[in-house]
Amino acid sequence: MKRWTVFALFFAAFVVTWEILVRKGIWPPVMVPSPVDIGKYFIASIQDRSLLDASYVTLKRLLLGYAIGLAAGLPLGLLNARFKICADTLGLLALGLQTLPSVCWAPLALLWFGQTEAAIFFIVVMGSVWSIALATDAGVRNVPPIYARAARTMGSSGLHTWLKVIFPASLPFIVSGMKQGWAFAWRSLMAAEIYVIILTGFGLGTVLHFGRENHAMDQVLGIMIVIVLIGLLADKIMFAPMERFLHRRWGTAK
Amino acid sequence: MTVDTELLNVPPEKLVVEGVSKTFRTQRGSVHALDNVSLHVREGEFVCLVGPSGCGKSTLLNIIAGLEMPDTGKVLADGKAVTGAGSDRMMMFQESALFPWLDVMGNVLFGLKLKPALRNKERREVAKFYLQLVGLEKFMRSNIHELSGGMKQRVALARALAPNPRVLLMDEPFASLDALTREQLYGDIQEIWAKRQKTIVFVTHNVREAACLGDRVVLFSPHPGRIQEQFTVDLPRPRDISSVDLAKYSTEITRALKRHLKPEAVGEGE
Repeated sequence: MKRWTVFALFFAAFVVTWEILVRKGIWPPVMVPSPVDIGKYFIASIQDRSLLDASYVTLKRLLLGYAIGLAAGLPLGLLNARFKICADTLGLLALGLQTLPSVCWAPLALLWFGQTEAAIFFIVVMGSVWSIALATDAGVRNVPPIYARAARTMGSSGLHTWLKVIFPASLPFIVSGMKQGWAFAWRSLMAAEIYVIILTGFGLGTVLHFGRENHAMDQVLGIMIVIVLIGLLADKIMFAPMERFLHRRWGTAK
Repeated sequence: MTVDTELLNVPPEKLVVEGVSKTFRTQRGSVHALDNVSLHVREGEFVCLVGPSGCGKSTLLNIIAGLEMPDTGKVLADGKAVTGAGSDRMMMFQESALFPWLDVMGNVLFGLKLKPALRNKERREVAKFYLQLVGLEKFMRSNIHELSGGMKQRVALARALAPNPRVLLMDEPFASLDALTREQLYGDIQEIWAKRQKTIVFVTHNVREAACLGDRVVLFSPHPGRIQEQFTVDLPRPRDISSVDLAKYSTEITRALKRHLKPEAVGEGE
């Protein structure tokens, strides 16, 4: 509770100082919109639903793209860890492509899919799939062999060993890979939305881009705040419970 | 079926190891781990394999478990050739090898879940029975990292016992525990062995431990791994590790061990 009070006080002081600096003219309003202006933008954009619509479009893209990235990345990682031929081909490819910021795929994605959702999904998937695959691969390789041996003497073999032993044993790695994949997906999506106009829906990035075009910095900052909030929320809702479970079971941290 | 029934009238040796040899090839050369090793284990017998590190006793245990295959020779369990790991021969390791993603109950249930004949409720009852047997029923909801070393080995024992294997293969299971905990476990394992009528093959480098637990102590020498001598320990049970009678046996075995250790082999490691 105390931590929250401290944080609330810090945050309030930050906003008040900002507002004062803008009102006194020390920070020119053209450069920095005041918190009150941003608040006004929030009210207006919520009332005309533009902010909600954009958030909906963006979240849908993010969640779907990430889900595809997970669905492809996890099995890919397992394959790379299991078969040397996969590690030497797809594994190397994954390592290479992971270093490529996925927004670099935008020109090709537009060419292949047009200004459609498919193009943006492609970019998001390219952003998340490789880091998830690499983390799964590393996780599996770090499983102490004695677990599999113990499982074998208990009658486990083949797919059962993979699903019930190797996979859960590599969870700490996989979850941190999932988190990294999520962060990459989120960044790719924002970059793509700002960079590319997708005709099938305007997301947060597009609205931020329009804010720049119209020099509506209250809109730009407002969207930036929403992006931060969504990131925080995802962490608290999706990853924090998983990490709590891992820490409790494995007895790591705290 | 009738043939099987007929054969059961004359029970075959529980475990038969016949002329087993094994060589490991590594980048730094090859290690002749086992050389023409033969061993017969009776139903319900407690056999201890003793010897210095590198004498191949763990390798032999892995081969009996079906985790490794011999280069030559064969292993029979209940008269049938061992071709792979099987839950009729459960293995326990020096590390507990408990699964950290499961709680204590989940670990004990692991092997039971691989028995399709049981219903879930029965599995839980069986798991509880074995946790009670090792005195840890109060900890069934605990996470593995919350247990002490001795408790972990107890859970590992319960996990190995739960699917009711006839044979237990134990690879220095108490080596990393403190002396006090170890002594408690000597008592426990003897009690469980008698109560549940298991056949146990127990690997250790601790001669006293071997003399305390085994009906028979099989002495190995390294480079290459061979059986040198066998000792029958004829003492009433439960045995106390610090008893004088036991000390006589362990002195005798230790003397034999030193005799068989070739000077040049000492300190070469595993």
